[in-house]
Amino acid sequence: MFEISIWQEVLSTMRKNLLRTILTSFSVFWGIFILMILLGSGNGLKEGVMHNFSDANNCVWLWGGRTSKAYGGFNKGRKIQLKNDDIQFLGHSYENLENLSGNINLPGAITVSYKNNYDNYNVQAILPGHQATENVQLIQGRLLNILDIEQYRKVTIIGKDVKEQILKDEDPIGKYVNIREIPFLVVGVFDDIHPNELKRLYIPISVAHKTFIPGSNIGTLTFTLDDYSVDESESLVEEVKQSIALKHRFDAEDPRALGNWNALKEYKKMQALFNGINVFVGVMGIFTLIAGIVGVSNIMLIVVRERTKEIGIRKAIGATPGSVVGLIIFESIIITSIAGYLGLLCGISLLELLAGKMPASDFFRNPGVDFRIAVGAALLVVFAGALAGFVPARKASRIKPIVALRDE
Amino acid sequence: MVNIKELHKSYITGANRLHVLKGINLNIIEGEMVSIMGSSGSGKSTLLNILGILDNYDKGELYLNGQLIKDLSEKKAAWYRNKMIGFVFQSFNLIGFKNAVENVALPLYYQNVPRKKRNKIAMEYLERVGLSDWAGHTPNELSGGQKQRIAIARALISQPKLILADEPTGALDSQTSLEVLDLFEEINNSGITVVIVTHEKDISERTKRIIHLRDGVIENENKPKPSLKYV
Repeated sequence: MFEISIWQEVLSTMRKNLLRTILTSFSVFWGIFILMILLGSGNGLKEGVMHNFSDANNCVWLWGGRTSKAYGGFNKGRKIQLKNDDIQFLGHSYENLENLSGNINLPGAITVSYKNNYDNYNVQAILPGHQATENVQLIQGRLLNILDIEQYRKVTIIGKDVKEQILKDEDPIGKYVNIREIPFLVVGVFDDIHPNELKRLYIPISVAHKTFIPGSNIGTLTFTLDDYSVDESESLVEEVKQSIALKHRFDAEDPRALGNWNALKEYKKMQALFNGINVFVGVMGIFTLIAGIVGVSNIMLIVVRERTKEIGIRKAIGATPGSVVGLIIFESIIITSIAGYLGLLCGISLLELLAGKMPASDFFRNPGVDFRIAVGAALLVVFAGALAGFVPARKASRIKPIVALRDE
Repeated sequence: MVNIKELHKSYITGANRLHVLKGINLNIIEGEMVSIMGSSGSGKSTLLNILGILDNYDKGELYLNGQLIKDLSEKKAAWYRNKMIGFVFQSFNLIGFKNAVENVALPLYYQNVPRKKRNKIAMEYLERVGLSDWAGHTPNELSGGQKQRIAIARALISQPKLILADEPTGALDSQTSLEVLDLFEEINNSGITVVIVTHEKDISERTKRIIHLRDGVIENENKPKPSLKYV
């Protein structure tokens, strides 16, 4: 059935009925085109929003708030302050907490200078684990380590923007930058997917406690959980909260005393949301495609009706029912495949164009269709073509030559 | 070549049963040129359709070239039509979007003959009917006589043993009718059996044997008297 003759036969038929062929093709072209645009846009939306989760997506943040319930003899409205010993306490109590870190966001804009260049940056005092939580990408030098903490080294790793803005073309490693007039040795330069985090310096928290913020208060407490499901991580976070509540003597049920943000939970939530959106978009696309296929089927039915006499002639001179079925289905497959392929091509080209021209935002970036999905769609179209041709073809094969050839 | 025994055929239209052929017995030997005559409704076209395996029959037997033709599958019927029979119709029944040579070559497409080869053979047959200059023209650019000659070329290309023509001159003027009949005679002289259905007396008189059909039975058979030619 797939020898060259049938191609020639079908292609010459299509060429001679060009307008009909084009009109039929368009419905399929449009179906696939819309499907690609919808899937691509859905993907772009997902990429855009998921981009915000490009920090370690299994991290948990905790921070002290103010109690909203009286508890254990204390009035409500008491400030809960996390301290260094909370980190140690959690570290001892829960072995599974990884990259445990306390962080202080030095308040206000901090002036950082090198030689005559200076600017205001965000400075964060951290334990080494926080670098993993923030998913810092080292591009030069080294990260902060535990020795920096223990030995109170005045060292810093700086964001790419900081390096470019105040160190210019100089090799930053080994240079001293002044943070609030205190010199810090630059040991590393980092990159980060979030552009605003490139205007940031990280310093050891122990140094910050000696220099900028005397004492042992910490702003946030972070850790990551490896290989935890959402439910597992939620229950662990709940446990951790209860331990801290006990230690700081506030009601564990108090929603205001201890703030927390479980990235995994939010991540999964978003993922579920976008999977939902994708399914919805896909279903809409498929329905558009089905409309196109029904269109093809419909037109093929008309074609069969129009060609009743021709098919009658063919049968009279020796066409078998099988060859008639082949003729119609093959034409249907060729039309849908070519149109579908063009739709695929146009849809993907448009998405590529959009991806190139459109600035990436928090809501939309890199619209595009997975290659596998595109191939799947292409196969679907061929299958759809066969399906669309089936009913008309069967009808055509049942044409009786004497009825078709009866003079009207 | 053709052997028909007690053939019955009736059509059911709604509640009515129309008995068209009421026991036909007919024997056509190889190389004969036969015409079947009868008024409209006499069953002559039905008989031709049954001969051409385009229609089935209810009772009796039909042998083509010694082969019993009864309750064939569509595929088998298509095969016999393709190999054994060539059709010529009153309204030509050429495919409008195909040119002359493609129309003639079509039966060979169903024998899986490669395109180049079948077009070459088709050209030979076009030449035989004197239309090789018109090979690239579509049917609507041709006259009735030309169309019928193309249809005849198409009927001949599969080298059938039997040509069935249903009112082949019905849509032609008398001059072209004569030319077409000349062609049939030539075909017959090459040894192919020709059966022509017609209601025109001067057409049937050109054949070697006339079968008169009336209300579904063969009324009489006669050979045209040679003397008629001198009248």
